Amino acid sequence: MAVCIAVIAKENYPLYIRSVPTQNELKFHYTVHTSLDVVEEKISAVGKAMADQRELYLGLLYPTEDYKVYGYVTNSKVKFVIVVDSSNTSLRDNEIRSMFRKLHNSFTDVMCNPFYNPGDPIQSKAFDGIVSGMMVQPS
Amino acid sequence: MADEALFQFLHNEVIQYIYKSAEGGETENGRNITKLENMGFRVGQGLIERFTKDTARFKDELDIMKFICKDFWTCVFKKQIDNLRTNHQGIYVLQDNKFRLLSQLSAGKQYLEHAPKYLAFTCGLVRGSLSNLGVKSIVTAEVSVMPACKFQVMIQKL
Repeated sequence: MAVCIAVIAKENYPLYIRSVPTQNELKFHYTVHTSLDVVEEKISAVGKAMADQRELYLGLLYPTEDYKVYGYVTNSKVKFVIVVDSSNTSLRDNEIRSMFRKLHNSFTDVMCNPFYNPGDPIQSKAFDGIVSGMMVQPS
Repeated sequence: MADEALFQFLHNEVIQYIYKSAEGGETENGRNITKLENMGFRVGQGLIERFTKDTARFKDELDIMKFICKDFWTCVFKKQIDNLRTNHQGIYVLQDNKFRLLSQLSAGKQYLEHAPKYLAFTCGLVRGSLSNLGVKSIVTAEVSVMPACKFQVMIQKL
């Protein structure tokens, strides 16, 4: 399960970021921030020759010693980033995919909420709940 | 289908409401149009987020416009745009020969002056959708013969 989940707006500022409370929060902010460059690179590669690269799910962005960072970009250029622990080898690509899918569905619900202003930080409880379900449970 | 009628009735009521509530103070036509347009904008932003949830990433601007003409129009108006033309320099003309929100109005010249308020919401809808997909634009509509109408989309280059 994830140790950090972030949603980043199309202008590259964070809409939502949540990490496991036990660890250094700032480190995750850096990790997510760094991943944006890779995301940018991956989307700009689309359109040039890569016909099969048009999926919303971007796959593994980059691995670090302790973490793996996965990315997803919606058609409205909103980015989702999920950071998982490298030691967690049981997590398959398909599971990550379905996590992103769930996240996207929930984000869509937030966007369609008339009380939400597009571009504002996400404060929805329903969204919070979905994210909590995907985070590592503190033991 | 009943759900088509619901949207149409709601849309008519929204227009009625906006025009009635403005009657007391300012009867400025432009302000009401802007209000309707802004409503459409927000709705468009939300709708496009939902519609594009399962589609592949768009290749370019034309790809986006095609999506608007086909899938988006079918979802909202139960038909596709009849004709899409472009000069390949950021201007697109979307022609609908039987625009659903105008189809209940008399086809003659009688209500021609009322047409703009029935198009404002849709202009906003298109502009909102495009803006959420990262394309800044200006959308205008024009009607010459009643149920047919043309939407002109001008893409704002950065």
